[in-house]
Amino acid sequence: MALLDIRNLELGIARGSELLPVVQGVSLAVEEDETLGIVGESGCGKSLTALAIMGLLEGTAVRIAGGTIHFQGRDLLALSPEERRRVMGAEMAMIFQEPMTSLNPVYRVGDQIREAILQHRSMSGRQAHQRALDLLELVRIPDPMRRIDSFPHQMSGGQRQRVMIAMALACDPKLLIADEPTTALDVTVQRDVLELIRSLQARTRMSVILISHDLGVVSETCDNVAVMYRGRIVEQAPTSTLFSNMSHPYTLGLLGSIPALDHDVEWLDAIPGRVPTLDEAVPGCAFHPRCFAAQGACRTVDPGAAAVSPAHFVRCHFPQGSSS
Amino acid sequence: MTRPLLEVRELKTHFSIGRRGFMRRKSVLRAVDGVSFSIHEGEVLSLVGESGCGKSTVGRTLTHLETATAGTAMLDGRDILNLSPAAFRPLRRDIQMIFQDPFASLNPRLSIEQMLAEPLFIHGLARDRSEARERIAATLELVGMDANSMSRYPHEFSGGQRQRIGIARVMILTPRLVIADEPVSALDVSIQAQVLNLIKRLQRESGMSMLFISHDLGAVRHISDRVAVMYGGRLVETGMKRQIFETPRHAYTQRLLASIPRLGKRIG
Repeated sequence: MALLDIRNLELGIARGSELLPVVQGVSLAVEEDETLGIVGESGCGKSLTALAIMGLLEGTAVRIAGGTIHFQGRDLLALSPEERRRVMGAEMAMIFQEPMTSLNPVYRVGDQIREAILQHRSMSGRQAHQRALDLLELVRIPDPMRRIDSFPHQMSGGQRQRVMIAMALACDPKLLIADEPTTALDVTVQRDVLELIRSLQARTRMSVILISHDLGVVSETCDNVAVMYRGRIVEQAPTSTLFSNMSHPYTLGLLGSIPALDHDVEWLDAIPGRVPTLDEAVPGCAFHPRCFAAQGACRTVDPGAAAVSPAHFVRCHFPQGSSS
Repeated sequence: MTRPLLEVRELKTHFSIGRRGFMRRKSVLRAVDGVSFSIHEGEVLSLVGESGCGKSTVGRTLTHLETATAGTAMLDGRDILNLSPAAFRPLRRDIQMIFQDPFASLNPRLSIEQMLAEPLFIHGLARDRSEARERIAATLELVGMDANSMSRYPHEFSGGQRQRIGIARVMILTPRLVIADEPVSALDVSIQAQVLNLIKRLQRESGMSMLFISHDLGAVRHISDRVAVMYGGRLVETGMKRQIFETPRHAYTQRLLASIPRLGKRIG
């Protein structure tokens, strides 16, 4: 049984009496000790899917319109808010792109980590302090005895992200959701943080969902990848399969958009046009107005997900061949 | 490539940062600390480095958004760093800047037409409104926008379209040197590619020179002729694009290149 099993998740934004769909028919599974990458551009629904898993959509305009989210066999969407809170933070945790907005600027980082621990565990203040020190050491903050008394603004962006990871790990979560965890960081710091997440995972066997716009980051860190476009998963496969046999024109377009580092390309194979806004209804396949392979059926019929090989699913009428 | 259009020698831009405590001395931040490079006519030089290395300050100093502490920047045999604001003003047409968010400094109540007409009138490039409109329509088409968009307002456009309009505002002046500071960093991957292609095409067609400031090494490889790598306020390595990417000499350049996540490689 998968640790996390999402079936046909539907999310919508309430607009008057209408519900504009923002996530449609998303099905995902994450096994223990596995890293799943979710790739897509802004507005594709990758972050909203994560917030739905974490139960953080309450108080927003986003509504869950259908589907199930099973975590360790329990349907999270059927739990009461109270039960939900107990699972959150203790068994799953989330880190965000900009740690400064998640850390409280007026408290020392040690106090914030201790608070995260004491929310979910009963232990003395002294034990919590020791646990906070251990966690700072675990995320490789140099000189934790001194840094535990630092304020967030006294730390670099990379160190703040490490503190966020320490807080997320406070209760040994089974699932860590990292939403663009390195997007705001310099590349050399990004490398260190990605390696840290990998090594922590190897140690604790936790599962990770890594949300990113960067195919390179996902390629280097994930076991499986789901590519999202306008609320749907358009392609999903084990990472090595995906990168050796990309089938969806959108995935290929993303790849073509990235300038190469090891050879010169005259012009990038950019995807034409832009993502339609939520108000613009697109009949048929949502990608067809930008797609080089679009034909008649694409303009009228929304394609279902079909397997091109075992464990490799594509939502496209004309998936591209293995030669491309 | 011909003679250098711009020749920067030993540029320094220092900032004094607030004194801590009443009797303490002010401390100095050496954002740019002795940088030299030249840009030839029709050439694209990239300035690459991580946050805080001083790369943006170089561009801002050359356009008088910051004041140089020392050094010279010769354009047509004239040092542009020592010019008074009044003497520099006419040069602003020749040296234009593309920002990450071009609309951050523009009035959101202005229509696109008003926004693009403003620089034309300031620099005396259009006599009347109909002449300006003609030029605006042509420039919008040049950047891949419909000429009808001139009657619309900034909030009606997506990030990629806004950057196209920002680029139009620069290109309408036919500048000789464009300083582009992270022009695609805020855009989605697929839109980044469109805008990078656009900037490259416009540079080729117009023959303008460009200083391309970026942390994104892929974008830098795509667009430049030469690359300068900056670290801690200084240039650690300058070379032809292929040399920098294929045989980097400085340890920092090597580390930077090794840090970029690659497709089909796995860490851990």
